[in-house]
Amino acid sequence: MAVLIVDDSKAMRSLLRHILKGAGFEVFEACDGQEALDYLQRTHEINLVLVDWDMPGMDGYAFLQAVRAIPVYHQLRLMMVTAESEIEQISRALAAGADEYVMKPFTRDAVLEKLNLLGILPD
Amino acid sequence: MNATCASDFNYIRELVRRHSAIVLEADKDYLIETRLTPLARQAGFASLEALIAALRANSATSTLRNQVVEAITTHETSFFRDFHPFEALKTTVLPELLAKRSSSNVTIWCAACSSGQEPFSIAMLVREHFPTLRNRVRIIATDLSGAILARAKEGLYSQIEVNRGLPAVLLTRYFQRQGLQWRIRPEIRQMVEFRQNNLAESWPPIPPLDIVFMRNILIYFDLGTKKAILAKIRGVLKSSGYLFLGSSETTLNLDAAFEPISMGKSVCYKLRQNQML
Ligand SMILES: C[S@@+](CC[C@H](N)C(=O)[O-])C[C@H]1O[C@@H](n2cnc3c(N)ncnc32)[C@H](O)[C@@H]1O
Repeated sequence: MAVLIVDDSKAMRSLLRHILKGAGFEVFEACDGQEALDYLQRTHEINLVLVDWDMPGMDGYAFLQAVRAIPVYHQLRLMMVTAESEIEQISRALAAGADEYVMKPFTRDAVLEKLNLLGILPD
Repeated sequence: MNATCASDFNYIRELVRRHSAIVLEADKDYLIETRLTPLARQAGFASLEALIAALRANSATSTLRNQVVEAITTHETSFFRDFHPFEALKTTVLPELLAKRSSSNVTIWCAACSSGQEPFSIAMLVREHFPTLRNRVRIIATDLSGAILARAKEGLYSQIEVNRGLPAVLLTRYFQRQGLQWRIRPEIRQMVEFRQNNLAESWPPIPPLDIVFMRNILIYFDLGTKKAILAKIRGVLKSSGYLFLGSSETTLNLDAAFEPISMGKSVCYKLRQNQML
């Protein structure tokens, strides 16, 4: 299982990397939505993307919309990991095609339990 | 300040066992120390030893005794904890029970429900997947702790709690934000009846049950208590009923009347049909 972490904060990427490596994922990183899209176009090995909402350049919401408009990525699982915590925003992200949503701050268990819900925890 | 001595630890262990049947192993002394020291300060004692001395001298209030037991009890829980038992409910157990009982109710008991995430998860699942049946499903949830039950009845959760195990779509449907917290909506809250009950003592009348969730509580009890509780479960579970235990708990070697049944990635227990009771 390969995961792409998209967040402009290096500290956040490194925290998520630590959690996901520990759970057995192969981990890749990008700093914004555009870089993440480029990454997906270059490689087809990614199964899951964890994406922040607020990022300079292409934000997480625009990224969701872009990815969901490309049929090749139909199978790709997308999870928002963001400090945005209004119900309207969560609903918007889900409507735009996010499979799950985690609010910052989060615990390690929270991330892993959400992935378990999606049925994509490596054994 | 004197260090807490072995007999003090024994006294607390005994107090906790008498109130809740929870057995604290000797290697849990650190837990007594780290959890009771703040309580001692808060209650105005100079030290943990002073608190224990007051308990021993019987000069402590019963509220304080409860708080001591409370502080040592683990209330760890989360929405849809372990996920698979809830999948089993959705895909197998509820459809089967509802098909059998086309007119009567399905009664579910969450024993040791902690702050309510478990019964509310079941309520949301019913509402989502069996919407026309929600008036036929009765959910009773009990716990020993009055304080934790008060929280459960309130139905108010922190962000950390709603982040855990709860599908985001259910958060948007069944919770309202209230400042930094999240309140479960009345339609889900109303589906659960909360009551106080000590599993290790005699139980108030409980209607015949179709499903029992008794998860992550037997592990804290000694062998005799586990057996006694399972025997009582036998008395309230319908012959067609299902028992769910925590992922590290089992009826094996405790009660031969139960038969483990694999359901997807979880295991539940049914009463053996051929037994003579
Ligand atoms: C670890 S929690 C389990 C919560 C939930 N069932 C789950 O699996 O997530 C254990 C709960 O058992 C309660 N408890 C402890 N002793 C009990 C007793 N003798 N009778 C009933 N409940 C008890 C505690 O108050 C606590 O809320």
